[in-house]
Amino acid sequence: MISFLLPVTTIWWREIIRFYRQRSRLFSAIAQPLVFWILIGSGLSASFQPSGIAEKPGYIEYFYPGTVVLVLLFTAIFATISVVNERREGFLQNVLVAPVARWGIVLGQALGGTTLALLQGVLLLFLAPFIGIRFGIISLILTLGVMTLLAFGLTNLGLLIAWRMDSTQGFHAIMNLILIPIWLLSGAFFPSAGAPGWLAWVMKLNPLTYGVAAFRRSLYFDTETTIGNMPTWTLSLLIISLFCILTYLGATFTASAETN
Amino acid sequence: MSENRITVENLTHNYGTRCALDNVSFTVPRGEIFCLLGPNGSGKTTLFKILSTLMPPTSGSVNILGHDLSIDTKAVRKLLGVVFQHPGLDVKLTVTENLRHHGHLYGFRGKNLNSRISELLERFDIENRSDDLVEELSGGLQRRVEIARAMLHSPQVLLLDEPSSGLDVGVRRQLSDYLISLARSENILVLLTTHLMDEAELCNRVGILDMGKLVVLGTPGELKAQIGGDVVLIESENCKTLGTAIADRFDVFPVFTENCLRIECESAHEFVRDVVAAFPDDIETVRFGKPTLEDVFIKLTGNPFVLEEDRRD
Repeated sequence: MISFLLPVTTIWWREIIRFYRQRSRLFSAIAQPLVFWILIGSGLSASFQPSGIAEKPGYIEYFYPGTVVLVLLFTAIFATISVVNERREGFLQNVLVAPVARWGIVLGQALGGTTLALLQGVLLLFLAPFIGIRFGIISLILTLGVMTLLAFGLTNLGLLIAWRMDSTQGFHAIMNLILIPIWLLSGAFFPSAGAPGWLAWVMKLNPLTYGVAAFRRSLYFDTETTIGNMPTWTLSLLIISLFCILTYLGATFTASAETN
Repeated sequence: MSENRITVENLTHNYGTRCALDNVSFTVPRGEIFCLLGPNGSGKTTLFKILSTLMPPTSGSVNILGHDLSIDTKAVRKLLGVVFQHPGLDVKLTVTENLRHHGHLYGFRGKNLNSRISELLERFDIENRSDDLVEELSGGLQRRVEIARAMLHSPQVLLLDEPSSGLDVGVRRQLSDYLISLARSENILVLLTTHLMDEAELCNRVGILDMGKLVVLGTPGELKAQIGGDVVLIESENCKTLGTAIADRFDVFPVFTENCLRIECESAHEFVRDVVAAFPDDIETVRFGKPTLEDVFIKLTGNPFVLEEDRRD
């Protein structure tokens, strides 16, 4: 067992040490969502009342969980985009010719990205009390658990894309065309309640909708707050877990198919 | 027998319809430094990717020290130490961290790994830089760390793709010395690719690749012996007409390369005297000497001068 885990942990450890030595990355993954949150949140708070949401949690509060999920998504993207370059030239080639199974390489990378995303997501959790979200211990544990699942799933989604990309430009295109819309239509930005029928359906089919719902529910677990018509706890957790498993398998499959 | 050599048989690789490797076969025994020489696009990087298990071949077989590369890939990977052309160290990690990461990938850990690392740091004379980030090292030192890393798990075969690219001449020579002593002291098989003739000269045997084909294979001495006598290089403002004129007048085949005429002849001193006497106004400079691998390469692969066609008419 140890011989299986050693490559996984060393790949994981490397992702973290690299991140620690390039701390500007911390800023880049957090800054943009934070600016979005403050500008869009404050700007829309006055004029936009999310449908199905009580008046009290204003838009800036509604948008908060979405911002955390965006930080997770951005970190996952930044953590996986290096795969594209490192595979063509450099570091990853050396990993690929080592006697390490592809699932181990992907697992190490996924755990690395997950850890980084979690660290940054947790930084944002410190802002929650300022907009009136109060944690109990159970709520905090649930929140961290859901964030871990979300981070793992999103990192694997990033890896799945990165392993089949030839260039980082291609990755950026995918990010703008697929990843950002997935986030936009997850209930992070606006609830499905008021959306036109077709859009509500797209949101219903979007796995991230369930991730955002689970995250919202975990944040408000201890408090009595109306959070609109969201998928149930069970369904959300089921789908987000399934999302993790499928993206991990997909990433492993892609990595195996793309390499010898 | 096969456990002491690399055997490549009828190796072919296509990228779509483009044939990058065309039925290449050769054998390299343990303890030898073998060099694949060829220009960019000759197929040597494709061959390297296949040998290093990065990419499966379209057809043909490779056996590395008794293990079939396509069937027993994991066993082959344990035997190989690979240095890619593109720097493969993580520049944000220290030298020791890079080595430790590599060791973990190969299942080494703890005391065993640490002692192996200090052994290599000492052997490659990089102990005093062991805690520096790789990005702080010079190109030559980085390459040395890469080779140390490739040797960490005691591979039986060391593969290097253009190991001296980006290094200056002095460092290149140092590198070659390292490789020669490695092959000798550890009886490992060293296979490298290069487009540098002086690097190829230092190897035990050289295979010349061109357009995906292995055109010749032998010791540098054997290959050079294929060229009789001397090689004369003539520079001129008007190489093409001069080449035609020389071919008409003397019994030689001028080849036009890189703005000069390259001519093989029995005894250069007589030929140079005669040719300068015959075309005093057309010749700018003349150089001559014993053939090098570059001459062999041009003889075997270089675009034959237009004269060859004229001659056939």
